[in-house]
Amino acid sequence: MKLSEILKNGIFDENPVLVQLVGLCSVLAVSTSFINGLSMGLAVIFVLCCSNIVVSLLRKVIPDTIRIPAFIVVIATFVTILEMFLNAYLESVYKALGIFLPLIVVNCTILARAESFASKNKLIPSLVDGLGMGLGFTLTLSILGAVRELLGKGTLLSGTAAEINVFGEGFQAAGIWVAPPGAFILLGIFIAVFNVIMKKRKAKAAE
Amino acid sequence: MKLFTILVSTILVNNYVFARFLGICPFLGVSTKMETATGMGFAVTFVITLASAITYFIQHAILDPLGIGYLQTLIFILVIASLVQFIELFIRKTSPGLYNAMGVYLPLITTNCVVLGVTILNIQEKYTFIEAITSGFGASLGFFLALILLSGVREKLELADVPEALKGVPIALISAGLMSIAFSGFSGLV
Repeated sequence: MKLSEILKNGIFDENPVLVQLVGLCSVLAVSTSFINGLSMGLAVIFVLCCSNIVVSLLRKVIPDTIRIPAFIVVIATFVTILEMFLNAYLESVYKALGIFLPLIVVNCTILARAESFASKNKLIPSLVDGLGMGLGFTLTLSILGAVRELLGKGTLLSGTAAEINVFGEGFQAAGIWVAPPGAFILLGIFIAVFNVIMKKRKAKAAE
Repeated sequence: MKLFTILVSTILVNNYVFARFLGICPFLGVSTKMETATGMGFAVTFVITLASAITYFIQHAILDPLGIGYLQTLIFILVIASLVQFIELFIRKTSPGLYNAMGVYLPLITTNCVVLGVTILNIQEKYTFIEAITSGFGASLGFFLALILLSGVREKLELADVPEALKGVPIALISAGLMSIAFSGFSGLV
């Protein structure tokens, strides 16, 4: 498989959130705003790329019977490094992600890529796969975050200097979209829309 | 009284699935049939309650005295993984009936984030030993409740006339969203 294909595969054809439906906990929980979604996405890209690199390098050393615990240790190590780094240098991000930062360990996206891709492929494809899957995850998460923020608070890019109040001052936002129920319903709609688009594209490609 | 508050809070008010978004993967994965949902529910209750007790000891007897609290995530996930493996072996040897009922769900529990989430939150909330076990038990009951409710709805949905694009997971997510609205009615209870 070509590298560009691996990258595209992660973002569209096998998008971890919309197609494989893995790692949904953090998707639902931290997509309350665009910035939160983006920072979670970047954190996952970091852990995913690093763990794919290490797993790929060690793929001939790790015995088959204990591979899952070994992968988990590798992933947990990078998560701990990230946790300490964010705690020291980016306190606001650390607070916003909260419990979901250590829970990146059990984000099935990462373990799934280690098991199904990195443990069978060479270094460079594994790195690209990590990047592609991570980008797919980040894109979905930030778009979902942006939509929830727009519907639930009426703002875009809140928490940054460039915050925009889209509907003006007097706008009464529907808080349900930033509350838990909104996350479930919007993600359901996202997956449905994505399915329809992919089906249309496939039908077109078949013609 | 505090124990009762913790129990009500973890089962209803801060339900781990509907309010904290933990354990969504198994929540969607095994909720297609009532039978599998029950098996998973029992297995999870067992593992979380035990894991709450064990991680409490590890945190207070090993990590804190040695000052290596930063290894928490790493150690906890290893403990949970080996606990799950151990329980699987134990049940297979002692009770084949129970193993058939919940054995297949046990390996899946390692990556169920409720387990790691509850154990880490127990430490963050500075619970005592009894409180930690209560919160673990309550969390798993809450998870059980959510799982059973959704699987009941999904069994009915199979016969319903759902728009083509929404079939399967999207409609399950939307149903979960509506359930979550219902559960938000419990807020303010404690």
